[in-house]
Amino acid sequence: MRTIKFSLICAAAVAGFFFSLMNGSVEIPLTQIFGELDETKRQILMNIRLPRTIVAMLVGVNLSLSGAILQAVMKNPLADPHIIGISSGAGLFGIFVMMIFGDAGILVTPAAFIGAMLAATLIYILAWKDGIRPIRVILAGVAVSAFLGAGISALLIFYSDKVHGALLWMVGGLSARSWQHVEILLPYSIAGTLLTFLSARHLNVLQLGDEVATGLGVRVNLVRTILTAIAALLAASAVCVVGLLGFVGLIVPHTARLILGSDYKILLPGAAFLGAAVVTISDTFARTIFAPTELPVGILMAMLGAPFFLYLLRREL
Amino acid sequence: MNLTAENISVTLGGKEILRDVSYKFISGKRTALIGANGAGKSTLLKVLCLLNEKFSGVVTLDGKNIREVGRKNLARVMAILPQERDAPQDTTVKQLVSFGRFPHKKFFDGNSAEDDAAIKNALELTRLTEFENRQVISLSGGERQRAWLATTLAQRPKILLLDEPTTYLDIAHQLEVMDIIADVNKKFSTTIIMVLHDINHARLYSDDVLIIKDKKIVAAGEPKKILSAQILSEIFNVEADIFTNAAGDKIIFPIKRRANIEL
Repeated sequence: MRTIKFSLICAAAVAGFFFSLMNGSVEIPLTQIFGELDETKRQILMNIRLPRTIVAMLVGVNLSLSGAILQAVMKNPLADPHIIGISSGAGLFGIFVMMIFGDAGILVTPAAFIGAMLAATLIYILAWKDGIRPIRVILAGVAVSAFLGAGISALLIFYSDKVHGALLWMVGGLSARSWQHVEILLPYSIAGTLLTFLSARHLNVLQLGDEVATGLGVRVNLVRTILTAIAALLAASAVCVVGLLGFVGLIVPHTARLILGSDYKILLPGAAFLGAAVVTISDTFARTIFAPTELPVGILMAMLGAPFFLYLLRREL
Repeated sequence: MNLTAENISVTLGGKEILRDVSYKFISGKRTALIGANGAGKSTLLKVLCLLNEKFSGVVTLDGKNIREVGRKNLARVMAILPQERDAPQDTTVKQLVSFGRFPHKKFFDGNSAEDDAAIKNALELTRLTEFENRQVISLSGGERQRAWLATTLAQRPKILLLDEPTTYLDIAHQLEVMDIIADVNKKFSTTIIMVLHDINHARLYSDDVLIIKDKKIVAAGEPKKILSAQILSEIFNVEADIFTNAAGDKIIFPIKRRANIEL
């Protein structure tokens, strides 16, 4: 049963990939993707659709894995990359650069990444007191995020003429993402995914509680620190490329857990594929539904995903 | 394996919990830690397995400082059943028990024949074989406690530490758990160190009793010799009667709180 569900999630990821390649302002049927393509369509496919689709998949994978890790490490179902300050840190630094230097896309990405990692580190330092306790991380995260959030609001008010660009970025979107973004994401996705999968056993044991995990020979503080760092890198790399896509990191790992159960050996790959599927499919709808206007994928994802998630929740819990 | 505590002192949050406690635990026997709430029994237990690392003094395992043994190596010979624990909703009994094999595995190891045998054995010892595919959450309190106990048994420990293993269980399930522990001790000569609340459990199910009061060990020895009405009156401030039951065991029965409690 679980094998079937897992296969369906994998199939959804593959379907999402092709769905995204085929649809847009110019439709490219599957037969043409694998067959003869005229030059224009080839250009669209290779330089626009393919990189954007790959970015969507990688972002989906990174955010989902990040959320899945944090939910076990923090022992909290509400844990997601927001909680360790990724969004507020990336938001403040990213928007600051946008406001000061205009829409300089080249600078926004590294600035957002640095901001995300700084915020995560700050929260961790603030939460440290003879080791790390999830509840302290969560509360320190709330405080730091509120603080940085005030900075974001101040920036938006002082530079109200440039709010539109910042707003788009805060919602999270994939428009005009290209090969350079794939290059930014790919190393983090590969390294992060490998490290995460290697940690599956430890994530499983952490779910049993600190005392049980310690009794089973896990150095809980060390493992928790390393895993949080992996989660931060995964999320920061995604957020700096596509903006503050909030939904994926919280709801995809949950949904995967409701569908596949809480054994991380299956849950992690499941969440990765589901994340890739959700982001590619949502993005395709987001850019076609009101064509030629593009909706930021973050909006659509939350509108479709939240009710679906509630449906699952009512059914399972 | 010989477990020894030497000059253990613990201060938690500015409050002194244990002061200069030393004891050599008898290998292969069952030792019960007894004392009033807050006396420091659980703290001592947590020091012995490094669940509490903030103590002065040394705990040695066959003469070696346990701080230098390494967590994983320690977990291969010593298991602890703590009170604070949790399991995801969909965890089955067998999955839970399998976690006991964690310290024996390397990074990529699957289940070895030894793992399977240890898991099967632990399920049999706790009479949970027929429940192995049930979710832990669906079990009764007694069954759930046995499932967690089975997880520690799957670790194949030489020393097993238990923090109030019978709390929240009804009388029959309390005895069931104590019987399993006795059984394990007898079959594998596992050293058992347990925090117990019920003085009669300590009397009937242990070979050695440690009484902790005012941060120190105030009495230690064979339960039949040291567990008297007088001791009970001293450590718990209650008056008690002692009966001899049909089997010839002496049973301590608390009657009322001592009137003149010195403050």
